[in-house]
Amino acid sequence: MTPTCIHPLTGFIEKTFVITEFELRKLRHDFMELITRALQPALWLLIFGEVFSRNGAMHTGTTPYIDFIAPGILAQSVLFVAIFYGINVIWERDLGIVQKFLASPTPRAALVLGKGFSAGVRSLSQATIVYLLSILLGVKLNWSPLALLNVLILVILAATLFSTFSLVIACIVKTRERFMGVGQVLTMPLFFASNAIYPTAIMPSWLRLVSHFNPLTYVVDGLRVSMLAASPSSFGLGQDYAVIILTTIVLVIIGARLYPHLAT
Amino acid sequence: MLQTVMSDPVLEIEHLTRRFGSFTAVNELTLSVNAGEIFGLLGSNGAGKTTTIKMLTTLLPPTSGEARVAGFSIRTRAVQVRRAIGYVPQAVSVDGSLTGYENLLIFAKLYDLPHHEQKDRIAQALEFMGLTADGGRLVGQYSGGMVRRLEIAQATLHRPPVLFLDEPTVGLDPIARDAVWKHLVDLRTAYGTTLVFTTHYLEEAEGHCDRIAIMHLGKLAALGSCKELEASFGGGHTLNEVFVHYAGVTLDSGGTFRDVSAERATAQRLG
Repeated sequence: MTPTCIHPLTGFIEKTFVITEFELRKLRHDFMELITRALQPALWLLIFGEVFSRNGAMHTGTTPYIDFIAPGILAQSVLFVAIFYGINVIWERDLGIVQKFLASPTPRAALVLGKGFSAGVRSLSQATIVYLLSILLGVKLNWSPLALLNVLILVILAATLFSTFSLVIACIVKTRERFMGVGQVLTMPLFFASNAIYPTAIMPSWLRLVSHFNPLTYVVDGLRVSMLAASPSSFGLGQDYAVIILTTIVLVIIGARLYPHLAT
Repeated sequence: MLQTVMSDPVLEIEHLTRRFGSFTAVNELTLSVNAGEIFGLLGSNGAGKTTTIKMLTTLLPPTSGEARVAGFSIRTRAVQVRRAIGYVPQAVSVDGSLTGYENLLIFAKLYDLPHHEQKDRIAQALEFMGLTADGGRLVGQYSGGMVRRLEIAQATLHRPPVLFLDEPTVGLDPIARDAVWKHLVDLRTAYGTTLVFTTHYLEEAEGHCDRIAIMHLGKLAALGSCKELEASFGGGHTLNEVFVHYAGVTLDSGGTFRDVSAERATAQRLG
């Protein structure tokens, strides 16, 4: 036995990154996942984005529709992949991996947040493909280092938020079949009740109200103002960050409470 | 075997009880295990063995009663208990998409092994379990016996005084089972590790255990060394007959669908 006197906060941060490392090391042996992640945003931008920008049906003000939708598709693709993250947790439960981690002295919140961060880092492949396609499609991007840093952080945070949400659901439903059902039910409302592919201004008032309680709206807003050369923010980057970070903290706390139930 | 066992208890269980609704999975279990002992928990499916192990490893809170592992209460000092134990669950608990070395490295970090010692300790653990040549290979390519030995290496990297194993040889062929047991016994000899394990294989209990406990319907039905239990029936009785007497003749009497499917899935993955 190794005696240790580590400050709880230092221990928590350290263990969070050990769990992130554990998850990311898997990528070194299998790059395929990163490639498959890139397909969906490519289809949405190249087909949906192109068709609707020609049609002119979407009123996005002075911002061309393809510019408007690019950050929305990035947020959407992050959501679509992260929301199914919980299936891994159920798989690990069916094996004995969850049990072994829970029998270790690792703080529960570190187990949850570490997994969330790893989903965050993985989602950077989607950011890369959306940027490449955006250049191809002539989207006017903001290349300032600060803006790029904001996009990087927002993408990691968004994937952390939605994958943690997914983990919470996995802890509640516990089986793959139920999880797939719930995942499908949640994805579309989150997507459509947001500003990802159309501005909230054209929504009916009830949906606009709902969209204000949807974290995806703030992710898209933050990405739009950071990614594009000229796009006003609806809420301000500060509020976007505040909503995303607070929601993530609440979800990590709930996840840390529920995660041990997977071993019972 | 008993000469290596020290008399101070490393595991003390008092009236440990776990209910799921109206069903009592473990009922007033009281026993103690001495430091350095190899202790087998036997019983038919649904006897409460896995539930007991889950409570002792802090994965499941008891409904009532108490247990102390290495002097720490499982109810109030769970983190200290987790530092003092190693746990090898019945299902496969290493990640097939990482190498053996990486699986150990993550646990070396989680258990706060000093950074400069990590490499050496992992190398020692791999050598101890006969996996030195395979540390750099993906675990997905390991045989069932190798997976189990890696799991034991992972669970004992921090040199815990107590190692819990839930059916450590389920699904393994006899040669792989012998290899796993050789390494487990070596572990006790080298580090004085106390081994507490569940099994369905009576010959394993007979061959390796200092003492066994037979559980039936959540209760402790018998406790002692195999020889003592056989002798208590008069001469000429086998452990199998002792087991049938205490655990009931209906060997398939219990166990949920999930227990059975988990056991078969593990056997399939390791086999």
